[in-house]
Amino acid sequence: MTINPAKPAISAHAVRKSFGEHIVLDGVDLTVAEGTIFSLLGPNGAGKTTMVRILSTLIAADAGDIQVGGHDVATNPKAVRALIGVTGQFSAVDNYLTGEENLRLMADLRHLGRAAGRRRVAELLERFDLTDASRKPLSAYSGGMRRRLDLAMTLVGNPSVIFLDEPTTGLDPRSRRTMWQIIRELVADGVTIFLTTQYLDEADQLADYVAVLDHGRIVAEGTPAELKRRVPGGHIQLQFAEPGALRAAVGLIPAGTPDDDQLIMQVPGDGSIASLRRVLNELHDARIDVENLSIHSPDLDDVFFAVTGHATTGHATTEPSARHEEEALQR
Amino acid sequence: MTSLTLTLADSATMLRRNLKHQLRYPSLTLMLAGLPIVFLLLFVYVFGGQLGTGLGGHGAVGRDAYLTYVVPGILIITVASAALGTAISVATDMTGGIIDRFRTMAISRGAVLTGHVIGSLLQTLAVLVLVLGVALAIGFRSHASALEWLATAGVLAMFAFALIWLSAALGMAAKSVETASNTPMFLTLLPFLSSGFVPTATMPAGLRQFAEYEPFTPVTQTVRGLLTGAPVATHAIPAIAWSAAIALASYLWAVRLYNRRRAATPS
Repeated sequence: MTINPAKPAISAHAVRKSFGEHIVLDGVDLTVAEGTIFSLLGPNGAGKTTMVRILSTLIAADAGDIQVGGHDVATNPKAVRALIGVTGQFSAVDNYLTGEENLRLMADLRHLGRAAGRRRVAELLERFDLTDASRKPLSAYSGGMRRRLDLAMTLVGNPSVIFLDEPTTGLDPRSRRTMWQIIRELVADGVTIFLTTQYLDEADQLADYVAVLDHGRIVAEGTPAELKRRVPGGHIQLQFAEPGALRAAVGLIPAGTPDDDQLIMQVPGDGSIASLRRVLNELHDARIDVENLSIHSPDLDDVFFAVTGHATTGHATTEPSARHEEEALQR
Repeated sequence: MTSLTLTLADSATMLRRNLKHQLRYPSLTLMLAGLPIVFLLLFVYVFGGQLGTGLGGHGAVGRDAYLTYVVPGILIITVASAALGTAISVATDMTGGIIDRFRTMAISRGAVLTGHVIGSLLQTLAVLVLVLGVALAIGFRSHASALEWLATAGVLAMFAFALIWLSAALGMAAKSVETASNTPMFLTLLPFLSSGFVPTATMPAGLRQFAEYEPFTPVTQTVRGLLTGAPVATHAIPAIAWSAAIALASYLWAVRLYNRRRAATPS
Protein backbone atom coordinates (compact mmCIF):
# COMPACT_ATOMS: atom_id res chain seq x y z
CA MET A 1 0.00 0.00 0.00
CA THR A 2 1.47 3.35 -0.98
CA ILE A 3 1.06 6.23 1.38
CA ASN A 4 0.25 9.50 -0.22
CA PRO A 5 -0.20 12.15 2.44
CA ALA A 6 -1.63 14.56 -0.09
CA LYS A 7 -4.52 12.30 -1.01
CA PRO A 8 -7.32 12.42 1.54
CA ALA A 9 -8.72 9.11 2.80
CA ILE A 10 -11.67 10.98 4.27
CA SER A 11 -13.01 14.36 3.34
CA ALA A 12 -16.14 15.91 4.73
CA HIS A 13 -17.52 19.30 3.93
CA ALA A 14 -20.26 21.24 5.71
CA VAL A 15 -21.72 18.18 7.43
CA ARG A 16 -24.93 18.84 9.28
CA LYS A 17 -27.08 16.54 11.34
CA SER A 18 -29.86 17.17 13.77
CA PHE A 19 -32.13 14.85 15.66
CA GLY A 20 -35.44 16.67 15.89
CA GLU A 21 -34.78 20.09 17.34
CA HIS A 22 -31.37 19.14 18.60
CA ILE A 23 -28.50 20.15 16.29
CA VAL A 24 -25.70 17.63 16.73
CA LEU A 25 -23.37 18.59 13.87
CA ASP A 26 -23.43 22.17 12.73
CA GLY A 27 -21.31 22.41 9.59
CA VAL A 28 -18.30 20.18 10.19
CA ASP A 29 -15.38 20.23 7.74
CA LEU A 30 -12.54 17.79 8.00
CA THR A 31 -9.89 16.11 5.91
CA VAL A 32 -7.91 13.04 6.87
CA ALA A 33 -4.71 12.27 4.95
CA GLU A 34 -4.15 8.66 3.90
CA GLY A 35 -2.00 6.62 6.25
CA THR A 36 -2.36 8.95 9.23
CA ILE A 37 -4.13 8.95 12.57
CA PHE A 38 -6.75 11.63 12.81
CA SER A 39 -8.27 12.28 16.19
CA LEU A 40 -11.63 13.88 16.75
CA LEU A 41 -11.48 15.13 20.28
CA GLY A 42 -14.37 16.36 22.32
CA PRO A 43 -16.35 15.97 25.52
CA ASN A 44 -19.34 13.63 25.84
CA GLY A 45 -22.19 14.82 23.67
CA ALA A 46 -19.99 16.87 21.34
CA GLY A 47 -21.17 14.86 18.32
CA LYS A 48 -18.16 12.56 17.86
CA THR A 49 -20.13 9.32 17.62
CA THR A 50 -22.67 10.90 15.26
CA MET A 51 -19.79 11.91 12.99
CA VAL A 52 -18.42 8.36 13.01
CA ARG A 53 -21.88 6.93 12.29
CA ILE A 54 -22.25 9.24 9.31
CA LEU A 55 -18.77 8.56 7.93
CA SER A 56 -19.25 4.79 8.32
CA THR A 57 -22.59 4.80 6.42
CA LEU A 58 -24.72 3.94 9.46
CA ILE A 59 -26.77 7.09 9.29
CA ALA A 60 -27.19 9.76 6.64
CA ALA A 61 -26.18 13.37 7.15
CA ASP A 62 -28.86 16.03 6.67
CA ALA A 63 -26.46 17.98 4.47
CA GLY A 64 -22.84 17.92 3.45
CA ASP A 65 -20.48 16.34 0.98
CA ILE A 66 -18.64 13.30 2.31
CA GLN A 67 -16.10 11.07 0.59
CA VAL A 68 -14.42 8.04 2.13
CA GLY A 69 -11.67 6.36 0.11
CA GLY A 70 -12.79 8.38 -2.88
CA HIS A 71 -16.39 7.17 -2.73
CA ASP A 72 -19.39 9.28 -1.87
CA VAL A 73 -20.98 8.05 1.33
CA ALA A 74 -24.48 9.09 0.27
CA THR A 75 -24.54 7.71 -3.27
CA ASN A 76 -22.18 4.74 -3.03
CA PRO A 77 -22.27 3.39 0.53
CA LYS A 78 -21.52 -0.14 -0.69
CA ALA A 79 -18.12 0.85 -2.05
CA VAL A 80 -17.37 2.67 1.20
CA ARG A 81 -18.38 -0.36 3.28
CA ALA A 82 -16.02 -2.56 1.29
CA LEU A 83 -13.01 -0.59 2.49
CA ILE A 84 -13.83 0.51 6.00
CA GLY A 85 -13.73 -1.17 9.37
CA VAL A 86 -15.56 0.17 12.40
CA THR A 87 -15.02 -0.50 16.08
CA GLY A 88 -17.66 1.36 17.99
CA GLN A 89 -17.94 2.48 21.52
CA PHE A 90 -20.23 -0.42 22.35
CA SER A 91 -19.01 -3.92 21.84
CA ALA A 92 -20.05 -5.31 18.47
CA VAL A 93 -19.36 -8.97 19.03
CA ASP A 94 -21.64 -12.01 18.95
CA ASN A 95 -21.97 -13.03 22.58
CA TYR A 96 -23.25 -16.50 21.73
CA LEU A 97 -20.16 -17.48 19.75
CA THR A 98 -16.55 -18.09 20.78
CA GLY A 99 -13.80 -15.65 19.89
CA GLU A 100 -12.65 -17.82 17.01
CA GLU A 101 -16.21 -18.24 15.68
CA ASN A 102 -16.69 -14.48 15.76
CA LEU A 103 -13.61 -14.02 13.63
CA ARG A 104 -14.65 -16.84 11.27
CA LEU A 105 -18.02 -15.15 10.87
CA MET A 106 -16.25 -11.98 9.74
CA ALA A 107 -13.97 -13.95 7.39
CA ASP A 108 -17.04 -15.60 5.81
CA LEU A 109 -18.86 -12.28 5.43
CA ARG A 110 -15.76 -10.81 3.80
CA HIS A 111 -15.73 -13.82 1.43
CA LEU A 112 -12.12 -14.67 2.19
CA GLY A 113 -12.54 -18.34 1.31
CA ARG A 114 -12.01 -21.27 3.62
CA ALA A 115 -8.21 -21.57 3.66
CA ALA A 116 -7.42 -17.86 3.56
CA GLY A 117 -10.09 -17.19 6.17
CA ARG A 118 -8.67 -19.76 8.53
CA ARG A 119 -5.16 -18.34 8.12
CA ARG A 120 -6.32 -14.79 8.74
CA VAL A 121 -8.27 -15.82 11.86
CA ALA A 122 -5.29 -17.70 13.32
CA GLU A 123 -3.02 -14.76 12.55
CA LEU A 124 -5.34 -12.25 14.28
CA LEU A 125 -5.88 -14.48 17.33
CA GLU A 126 -2.11 -14.68 17.69
CA ARG A 127 -1.54 -10.98 17.13
CA PHE A 128 -4.18 -9.94 19.65
CA ASP A 129 -3.07 -12.47 22.21
CA LEU A 130 -6.38 -14.34 22.11
CA THR A 131 -5.19 -17.76 20.97
CA ASP A 132 -5.59 -19.34 24.41
CA ALA A 133 -9.13 -18.01 24.76
CA SER A 134 -10.14 -18.63 21.14
CA ARG A 135 -12.50 -21.52 21.93
CA LYS A 136 -13.99 -19.99 25.04
CA PRO A 137 -17.40 -18.33 25.08
CA LEU A 138 -17.29 -14.55 25.31
CA SER A 139 -18.74 -14.64 28.82
CA ALA A 140 -15.25 -15.71 29.91
CA TYR A 141 -13.60 -12.66 28.30
CA SER A 142 -12.43 -9.59 30.21
CA GLY A 143 -13.27 -6.08 29.03
CA GLY A 144 -9.85 -5.69 27.46
CA MET A 145 -10.12 -9.05 25.67
CA ARG A 146 -13.53 -8.17 24.26
CA ARG A 147 -12.21 -4.88 22.98
CA ARG A 148 -9.24 -6.64 21.36
CA LEU A 149 -11.56 -9.20 19.76
CA ASP A 150 -13.79 -6.37 18.57
CA LEU A 151 -10.86 -4.69 16.86
CA ALA A 152 -9.59 -8.00 15.48
CA MET A 153 -13.03 -8.56 13.90
CA THR A 154 -12.76 -5.14 12.30
CA LEU A 155 -9.38 -6.07 10.83
CA VAL A 156 -10.39 -9.40 9.27
CA GLY A 157 -11.11 -7.87 5.88
CA ASN A 158 -7.95 -5.72 5.83
CA PRO A 159 -9.82 -2.41 5.78
CA SER A 160 -7.84 0.58 4.55
CA VAL A 161 -9.78 3.08 6.66
CA ILE A 162 -10.59 2.22 10.27
CA PHE A 163 -12.95 4.13 12.52
CA LEU A 164 -12.31 3.75 16.22
CA ASP A 165 -14.98 5.35 18.35
CA GLU A 166 -13.56 5.81 21.83
CA PRO A 167 -11.61 2.56 21.62
CA THR A 168 -10.15 2.79 25.12
CA THR A 169 -13.09 4.17 27.10
CA GLY A 170 -13.57 2.00 30.14
CA LEU A 171 -10.31 0.10 29.77
CA ASP A 172 -7.73 -0.16 32.51
CA PRO A 173 -4.42 1.67 31.86
CA ARG A 174 -2.63 -1.50 30.87
CA SER A 175 -5.23 -2.55 28.28
CA ARG A 176 -5.25 1.01 27.07
CA ARG A 177 -1.55 0.93 26.37
CA THR A 178 -1.90 -2.38 24.54
CA MET A 179 -4.60 -0.77 22.39
CA TRP A 180 -2.38 2.22 21.66
CA GLN A 181 0.41 -0.10 20.56
CA ILE A 182 -1.96 -1.94 18.23
CA ILE A 183 -3.17 1.33 16.74
CA ARG A 184 0.41 2.47 16.10
CA GLU A 185 1.20 -0.82 14.36
CA LEU A 186 -1.86 -0.47 12.15
CA VAL A 187 -0.93 2.95 10.93
CA ALA A 188 2.63 1.74 10.33
CA ASP A 189 1.08 -0.73 7.86
CA GLY A 190 -0.43 2.16 5.92
CA VAL A 191 -3.97 2.11 7.31
CA THR A 192 -5.79 5.39 7.88
CA ILE A 193 -7.27 5.76 11.34
CA PHE A 194 -10.12 7.98 12.42
CA LEU A 195 -10.10 8.00 16.18
CA THR A 196 -12.51 9.68 18.50
CA THR A 197 -11.57 10.17 22.08
CA GLN A 198 -12.38 12.20 25.12
CA TYR A 199 -8.92 11.50 26.53
CA LEU A 200 -6.63 14.37 25.70
CA ASP A 201 -3.47 12.42 26.34
CA GLU A 202 -4.68 9.71 23.96
CA ALA A 203 -4.94 12.19 21.10
CA ASP A 204 -1.59 13.61 22.12
CA GLN A 205 0.03 10.17 22.12
CA LEU A 206 -1.41 8.85 18.89
CA ALA A 207 -2.70 11.49 16.55
CA ASP A 208 -0.92 13.08 13.63
CA TYR A 209 -3.70 15.62 13.44
CA VAL A 210 -6.33 16.65 15.95
CA ALA A 211 -9.64 18.40 15.50
CA VAL A 212 -11.49 19.59 18.57
CA LEU A 213 -15.25 19.18 18.32
CA ASP A 214 -17.47 21.11 20.67
CA HIS A 215 -21.23 21.58 20.36
CA GLY A 216 -21.21 20.26 16.80
CA ARG A 217 -18.48 22.52 15.48
CA ILE A 218 -14.75 22.13 14.94
CA VAL A 219 -13.32 24.78 17.27
CA ALA A 220 -9.62 24.09 16.69
CA GLU A 221 -7.46 21.82 14.59
CA GLY A 222 -3.82 21.12 13.92
CA THR A 223 -1.04 18.77 14.93
CA PRO A 224 -0.84 18.26 18.68
CA ALA A 225 2.36 20.37 18.71
CA GLU A 226 0.70 23.19 16.76
CA LEU A 227 -2.26 23.19 19.08
CA LYS A 228 -0.06 23.28 22.13
CA ARG A 229 2.00 26.15 20.71
CA ARG A 230 -1.16 28.19 20.44
CA VAL A 231 -1.72 28.29 24.14
CA PRO A 232 0.47 30.07 26.63
CA GLY A 233 1.23 28.40 29.89
CA GLY A 234 4.65 26.72 29.52
CA HIS A 235 6.88 27.75 32.40
CA ILE A 236 9.49 26.69 34.92
CA GLN A 237 8.54 27.16 38.53
CA LEU A 238 11.32 27.82 41.02
CA GLN A 239 10.85 27.49 44.75
CA PHE A 240 13.16 29.35 47.09
CA ALA A 241 13.99 28.78 50.74
CA GLU A 242 14.05 32.43 51.85
CA PRO A 243 12.85 35.84 50.54
CA GLY A 244 16.40 37.09 49.92
CA ALA A 245 17.03 34.41 47.34
CA LEU A 246 13.75 35.18 45.59
CA ARG A 247 14.58 38.90 45.40
CA ALA A 248 18.04 38.14 44.01
CA ALA A 249 16.51 35.81 41.41
CA VAL A 250 14.00 38.45 40.31
CA GLY A 251 16.86 40.85 39.75
CA LEU A 252 18.71 38.26 37.74
CA ILE A 253 15.80 37.04 35.55
CA PRO A 254 13.48 39.94 34.73
CA ALA A 255 11.07 37.73 32.75
CA GLY A 256 10.13 35.84 35.89
CA THR A 257 6.94 36.44 37.80
CA PRO A 258 7.56 36.24 41.55
CA ASP A 259 5.08 35.26 44.24
CA ASP A 260 6.39 36.70 47.48
CA ASP A 261 4.03 34.81 49.76
CA GLN A 262 4.89 31.38 48.46
CA LEU A 263 8.50 32.24 47.67
CA ILE A 264 8.16 31.02 44.12
CA MET A 265 8.94 32.44 40.71
CA GLN A 266 7.52 31.40 37.35
CA VAL A 267 9.82 31.74 34.34
CA PRO A 268 8.07 31.45 30.96
CA GLY A 269 9.68 28.93 28.64
CA ASP A 270 9.07 25.93 26.46
CA GLY A 271 10.42 23.50 29.05
CA SER A 272 13.35 22.40 26.90
CA ILE A 273 16.60 21.21 28.47
CA ALA A 274 18.52 24.14 26.95
CA SER A 275 16.25 26.79 28.43
CA LEU A 276 16.27 24.97 31.73
CA ARG A 277 20.05 24.76 31.77
CA ARG A 278 20.35 28.46 30.95
CA VAL A 279 18.18 29.48 33.89
CA LEU A 280 19.90 27.10 36.29
CA ASN A 281 23.38 28.21 35.17
CA GLU A 282 22.49 31.86 35.72
CA LEU A 283 21.21 31.08 39.20
CA HIS A 284 24.24 28.93 39.97
CA ASP A 285 26.68 31.61 38.79
CA ALA A 286 24.94 34.16 41.01
CA ARG A 287 25.09 31.65 43.92
CA ILE A 288 21.34 31.70 44.45
CA ASP A 289 20.03 28.52 46.03
CA VAL A 290 16.93 26.97 44.52
CA GLU A 291 15.10 24.62 46.82
CA ASN A 292 12.81 23.00 44.27
CA LEU A 293 12.00 23.16 40.57
CA SER A 294 9.07 21.99 38.49
CA ILE A 295 8.29 22.22 34.79
CA HIS A 296 4.85 22.90 33.43
CA SER A 297 4.43 22.35 29.70
CA PRO A 298 1.10 23.08 28.02
CA ASP A 299 -0.89 19.98 27.21
CA LEU A 300 -4.09 19.43 25.29
CA ASP A 301 -6.01 20.18 28.47
CA ASP A 302 -4.82 23.77 28.23
CA VAL A 303 -5.64 23.75 24.53
CA PHE A 304 -9.07 22.41 25.17
CA PHE A 305 -9.77 24.94 27.84
CA ALA A 306 -8.47 27.76 25.67
CA VAL A 307 -10.53 26.89 22.59
CA THR A 308 -13.77 25.84 24.22
CA GLY A 309 -13.77 28.07 27.24
CA HIS A 310 -14.63 25.10 29.41
CA ALA A 311 -12.75 22.07 30.64
CA THR A 312 -13.47 18.54 29.51
CA THR A 313 -16.29 18.31 31.96
CA GLY A 314 -16.70 15.37 34.22
CA HIS A 315 -13.55 13.64 33.24
CA ALA A 316 -10.64 12.44 35.32
CA THR A 317 -8.03 13.99 33.04
CA THR A 318 -9.04 17.42 34.26
CA GLU A 319 -7.85 16.43 37.70
CA PRO A 320 -4.09 16.95 37.81
CA SER A 321 -3.57 14.29 40.44
CA ALA A 322 -5.49 11.68 38.50
CA ARG A 323 -3.64 12.52 35.33
CA HIS A 324 -0.27 12.18 36.99
CA GLU A 325 -1.31 8.91 38.47
CA GLU A 326 -2.26 7.66 35.03
CA GLU A 327 1.02 8.83 33.56
CA ALA A 328 2.91 7.10 36.31
CA LEU A 329 1.11 3.87 35.51
CA GLN A 330 1.97 4.17 31.86
CA ARG A 331 5.70 4.37 32.54
CA MET B 1 -19.05 -13.73 -7.69
CA THR B 2 -22.38 -12.51 -8.94
CA SER B 3 -24.72 -10.67 -6.65
CA LEU B 4 -27.01 -13.72 -6.41
CA THR B 5 -24.21 -16.04 -5.28
CA LEU B 6 -23.07 -13.34 -2.83
CA THR B 7 -26.59 -13.11 -1.41
CA LEU B 8 -26.74 -16.88 -1.07
CA ALA B 9 -23.28 -17.04 0.51
CA ASP B 10 -24.08 -14.29 3.04
CA SER B 11 -27.46 -15.82 3.87
CA ALA B 12 -25.79 -19.21 4.39
CA THR B 13 -23.22 -17.60 6.70
CA MET B 14 -25.99 -15.96 8.72
CA LEU B 15 -27.93 -19.25 8.80
CA ARG B 16 -24.85 -21.07 10.14
CA ARG B 17 -24.53 -18.38 12.81
CA ASN B 18 -28.15 -18.83 13.92
CA LEU B 19 -27.92 -22.62 13.94
CA LYS B 20 -24.78 -22.35 16.08
CA HIS B 21 -26.71 -20.17 18.53
CA GLN B 22 -29.50 -22.78 18.69
CA LEU B 23 -27.09 -25.67 19.22
CA ARG B 24 -25.08 -23.83 21.85
CA TYR B 25 -28.10 -22.62 23.77
CA PRO B 26 -30.73 -25.34 23.27
CA SER B 27 -32.83 -24.01 26.17
CA LEU B 28 -34.84 -21.73 23.87
CA THR B 29 -35.60 -24.61 21.49
CA LEU B 30 -36.65 -26.82 24.40
CA MET B 31 -38.80 -24.05 25.82
CA LEU B 32 -40.52 -23.65 22.45
CA ALA B 33 -41.19 -27.41 22.35
CA GLY B 34 -42.29 -27.46 25.98
CA LEU B 35 -45.48 -25.45 25.56
CA PRO B 36 -47.13 -27.67 22.90
CA ILE B 37 -46.06 -30.84 24.71
CA VAL B 38 -47.66 -29.60 27.94
CA PHE B 39 -50.82 -28.72 26.00
CA LEU B 40 -50.83 -32.15 24.36
CA LEU B 41 -50.60 -34.00 27.68
CA LEU B 42 -53.05 -31.63 29.38
CA PHE B 43 -55.70 -31.88 26.70
CA VAL B 44 -55.39 -35.62 26.18
CA TYR B 45 -55.15 -36.78 29.79
CA VAL B 46 -57.06 -34.07 31.69
CA PHE B 47 -59.76 -32.97 29.24
CA GLY B 48 -59.51 -35.78 26.67
CA GLY B 49 -61.86 -38.30 28.28
CA GLN B 50 -64.66 -35.79 28.51
CA LEU B 51 -63.97 -34.03 25.19
CA GLY B 52 -63.78 -37.42 23.45
CA THR B 53 -67.33 -38.17 24.63
CA GLY B 54 -68.48 -35.24 22.57
CA LEU B 55 -66.77 -36.78 19.55
CA GLY B 56 -68.85 -39.92 19.98
CA GLY B 57 -66.61 -42.17 22.14
CA HIS B 58 -66.70 -43.10 25.83
CA GLY B 59 -63.95 -43.52 28.44
CA ALA B 60 -60.67 -44.84 26.99
CA VAL B 61 -62.23 -44.95 23.51
CA GLY B 62 -63.17 -41.28 23.90
CA ARG B 63 -59.65 -40.35 24.95
CA ASP B 64 -58.19 -42.15 21.90
CA ALA B 65 -60.68 -40.42 19.62
CA TYR B 66 -59.75 -37.06 21.12
CA LEU B 67 -56.00 -37.81 20.73
CA THR B 68 -56.58 -38.40 17.03
CA TYR B 69 -58.62 -35.21 16.84
CA VAL B 70 -56.24 -32.93 18.77
CA VAL B 71 -52.83 -33.88 17.32
CA PRO B 72 -53.26 -31.71 14.19
CA GLY B 73 -54.21 -28.81 16.48
CA ILE B 74 -51.17 -29.49 18.63
CA LEU B 75 -48.92 -29.51 15.56
CA ILE B 76 -50.34 -26.13 14.54
CA ILE B 77 -49.86 -24.64 18.00
CA THR B 78 -46.30 -25.99 17.84
CA VAL B 79 -45.75 -23.94 14.70
CA ALA B 80 -47.21 -20.85 16.39
CA SER B 81 -45.19 -21.37 19.55
CA ALA B 82 -41.92 -22.02 17.70
CA ALA B 83 -42.40 -18.82 15.71
CA LEU B 84 -42.08 -16.86 18.98
CA GLY B 85 -38.39 -17.74 18.95
CA THR B 86 -37.84 -15.71 15.79
CA ALA B 87 -39.07 -12.48 17.35
CA ILE B 88 -36.76 -13.06 20.32
CA SER B 89 -33.67 -13.84 18.24
CA VAL B 90 -34.31 -11.00 15.79
CA ALA B 91 -34.84 -8.50 18.60
CA THR B 92 -31.74 -9.74 20.43
CA ASP B 93 -29.73 -9.04 17.30
CA MET B 94 -31.29 -5.68 16.58
CA THR B 95 -30.80 -4.34 20.10
CA GLY B 96 -27.20 -5.63 20.33
CA GLY B 97 -24.03 -4.05 19.02
CA ILE B 98 -23.28 -6.56 16.29
CA ILE B 99 -26.01 -5.34 13.96
CA ASP B 100 -24.14 -2.04 13.57
CA ARG B 101 -21.07 -4.00 12.58
CA PHE B 102 -23.07 -5.89 9.95
CA ARG B 103 -24.46 -2.64 8.63
CA THR B 104 -21.02 -1.13 8.09
CA MET B 105 -19.95 -4.20 6.12
CA ALA B 106 -20.65 -4.89 2.47
CA ILE B 107 -23.13 -7.68 3.25
CA SER B 108 -26.02 -8.51 0.94
CA ARG B 109 -29.20 -6.84 1.99
CA GLY B 110 -31.61 -9.14 3.69
CA ALA B 111 -28.99 -11.77 4.56
CA VAL B 112 -29.41 -11.06 8.27
CA LEU B 113 -33.19 -11.58 8.17
CA THR B 114 -32.99 -14.53 5.78
CA GLY B 115 -30.54 -16.23 8.14
CA HIS B 116 -32.97 -15.78 11.03
CA VAL B 117 -36.00 -16.98 9.09
CA ILE B 118 -34.42 -20.11 7.60
CA GLY B 119 -32.79 -20.86 10.97
CA SER B 120 -36.16 -20.59 12.69
CA LEU B 121 -37.81 -22.74 10.04
CA LEU B 122 -35.30 -25.55 10.66
CA GLN B 123 -35.77 -25.07 14.41
CA THR B 124 -39.56 -25.32 14.00
CA LEU B 125 -39.24 -28.52 11.98
CA ALA B 126 -37.01 -30.01 14.71
CA VAL B 127 -39.54 -28.99 17.39
CA LEU B 128 -42.38 -30.51 15.30
CA VAL B 129 -40.50 -33.82 15.14
CA LEU B 130 -40.06 -33.71 18.91
CA VAL B 131 -43.77 -32.99 19.55
CA LEU B 132 -44.89 -35.62 17.04
CA GLY B 133 -42.56 -38.09 18.78
CA VAL B 134 -44.38 -37.47 22.08
CA ALA B 135 -47.76 -37.81 20.32
CA LEU B 136 -46.71 -41.16 18.87
CA ALA B 137 -45.36 -42.27 22.24
CA ILE B 138 -48.73 -41.68 23.91
CA GLY B 139 -50.54 -43.63 21.25
CA PHE B 140 -51.28 -41.38 18.28
CA ARG B 141 -51.55 -43.42 15.08
CA SER B 142 -52.22 -42.35 11.50
CA HIS B 143 -52.97 -44.32 8.35
CA ALA B 144 -51.52 -41.59 6.17
CA SER B 145 -49.36 -42.68 3.24
CA ALA B 146 -45.79 -41.47 2.80
CA LEU B 147 -47.06 -38.92 0.30
CA GLU B 148 -49.67 -37.65 2.78
CA TRP B 149 -47.02 -37.35 5.49
CA LEU B 150 -44.88 -35.42 3.05
CA ALA B 151 -47.82 -33.16 2.23
CA THR B 152 -48.42 -32.65 5.98
CA ALA B 153 -44.78 -31.60 6.41
CA GLY B 154 -45.17 -29.28 3.44
CA VAL B 155 -48.33 -27.60 4.81
CA LEU B 156 -46.76 -27.18 8.26
CA ALA B 157 -43.54 -25.78 6.77
CA MET B 158 -45.51 -23.37 4.59
CA PHE B 159 -47.56 -22.09 7.53
CA ALA B 160 -44.44 -21.94 9.72
CA PHE B 161 -42.66 -19.89 7.07
CA ALA B 162 -45.53 -17.37 7.11
CA LEU B 163 -45.71 -17.10 10.92
CA ILE B 164 -41.91 -16.85 11.19
CA TRP B 165 -41.84 -13.85 8.86
CA LEU B 166 -44.64 -12.31 10.91
CA SER B 167 -42.68 -12.96 14.08
CA ALA B 168 -39.50 -11.56 12.48
CA ALA B 169 -41.40 -8.36 11.67
CA LEU B 170 -42.73 -8.18 15.23
CA GLY B 171 -39.17 -8.69 16.48
CA MET B 172 -37.98 -5.83 14.26
CA ALA B 173 -40.78 -3.58 15.48
CA ALA B 174 -40.07 -4.27 19.16
CA LYS B 175 -37.88 -1.80 21.04
CA SER B 176 -36.60 -4.44 23.45
CA VAL B 177 -36.18 -8.20 23.68
CA GLU B 178 -38.83 -8.32 26.43
CA THR B 179 -41.42 -6.68 24.19
CA ALA B 180 -40.44 -9.01 21.36
CA SER B 181 -41.09 -12.06 23.50
CA ASN B 182 -44.59 -10.81 24.37
CA THR B 183 -46.08 -9.32 21.20
CA PRO B 184 -46.32 -12.58 19.21
CA MET B 185 -48.08 -14.35 22.12
CA PHE B 186 -51.46 -13.87 20.42
CA LEU B 187 -50.27 -16.44 17.87
CA THR B 188 -50.48 -19.16 20.52
CA LEU B 189 -54.00 -18.06 21.43
CA LEU B 190 -55.45 -18.22 17.92
CA PRO B 191 -55.28 -22.05 17.66
CA PHE B 192 -57.76 -22.22 20.57
CA LEU B 193 -60.19 -20.05 18.63
CA SER B 194 -60.04 -22.46 15.68
CA SER B 195 -60.92 -26.07 14.98
CA GLY B 196 -57.66 -27.09 16.64
CA PHE B 197 -59.05 -28.30 19.98
CA VAL B 198 -62.81 -28.61 19.52
CA PRO B 199 -64.99 -28.59 16.39
CA THR B 200 -66.06 -25.04 15.51
CA ALA B 201 -69.69 -26.26 15.27
CA THR B 202 -69.81 -26.45 19.09
CA MET B 203 -68.98 -22.76 19.48
CA PRO B 204 -71.56 -19.96 19.90
CA ALA B 205 -72.40 -17.83 16.87
CA GLY B 206 -69.96 -14.98 16.36
CA LEU B 207 -67.07 -16.92 17.81
CA ARG B 208 -67.94 -19.74 15.42
CA GLN B 209 -67.77 -17.45 12.39
CA PHE B 210 -64.47 -16.03 13.58
CA ALA B 211 -63.09 -19.54 14.13
CA GLU B 212 -64.23 -20.75 10.74
CA TYR B 213 -62.64 -17.89 8.86
CA GLU B 214 -59.40 -17.32 10.74
CA PRO B 215 -56.25 -18.77 9.12
CA PHE B 216 -55.58 -21.43 11.76
CA THR B 217 -58.75 -23.37 10.95
CA PRO B 218 -58.13 -24.18 7.26
CA VAL B 219 -54.51 -25.06 8.03
CA THR B 220 -55.55 -27.32 10.91
CA GLN B 221 -58.28 -28.92 8.81
CA THR B 222 -55.82 -29.58 5.96
CA VAL B 223 -53.37 -31.31 8.30
CA ARG B 224 -56.23 -33.23 9.96
CA GLY B 225 -57.51 -34.32 6.59
CA LEU B 226 -54.09 -35.54 5.48
CA LEU B 227 -53.49 -37.47 8.70
CA THR B 228 -56.99 -38.97 9.12
CA GLY B 229 -58.02 -39.43 5.49
CA ALA B 230 -60.78 -36.77 5.58
CA PRO B 231 -61.29 -34.56 2.49
CA VAL B 232 -58.61 -31.90 2.14
CA ALA B 233 -59.27 -29.86 -0.99
CA THR B 234 -61.79 -27.34 0.43
CA HIS B 235 -59.40 -26.46 3.24
CA ALA B 236 -56.11 -26.61 1.37
CA ILE B 237 -56.84 -23.67 -0.90
CA PRO B 238 -57.63 -21.14 1.89
CA ALA B 239 -54.72 -22.59 3.88
CA ILE B 240 -52.32 -21.90 1.03
CA ALA B 241 -53.85 -18.49 0.37
CA TRP B 242 -53.62 -17.43 4.02
CA SER B 243 -50.02 -18.64 4.31
CA ALA B 244 -48.95 -16.84 1.15
CA ALA B 245 -50.70 -13.63 2.19
CA ILE B 246 -49.27 -13.63 5.72
CA ALA B 247 -45.78 -14.47 4.44
CA LEU B 248 -45.80 -11.76 1.79
CA ALA B 249 -47.24 -9.00 3.97
CA SER B 250 -44.92 -9.86 6.87
CA TYR B 251 -41.89 -10.10 4.60
CA LEU B 252 -42.56 -6.64 3.18
CA TRP B 253 -43.16 -5.23 6.65
CA ALA B 254 -40.00 -6.81 8.11
CA VAL B 255 -37.79 -5.64 5.24
CA ARG B 256 -39.23 -2.14 5.48
CA LEU B 257 -38.50 -2.01 9.21
CA TYR B 258 -35.00 -3.36 8.60
CA ASN B 259 -34.26 -0.74 5.99
CA ARG B 260 -35.69 2.03 8.10
CA ARG B 261 -33.35 1.02 10.91
CA ARG B 262 -30.55 1.36 8.44
CA ALA B 263 -31.49 4.99 9.01
CA ALA B 264 -32.32 5.94 5.48
CA THR B 265 -28.98 5.48 3.78
CA PRO B 266 -29.77 4.96 0.11
CA SER B 267 -28.13 1.73 -0.98
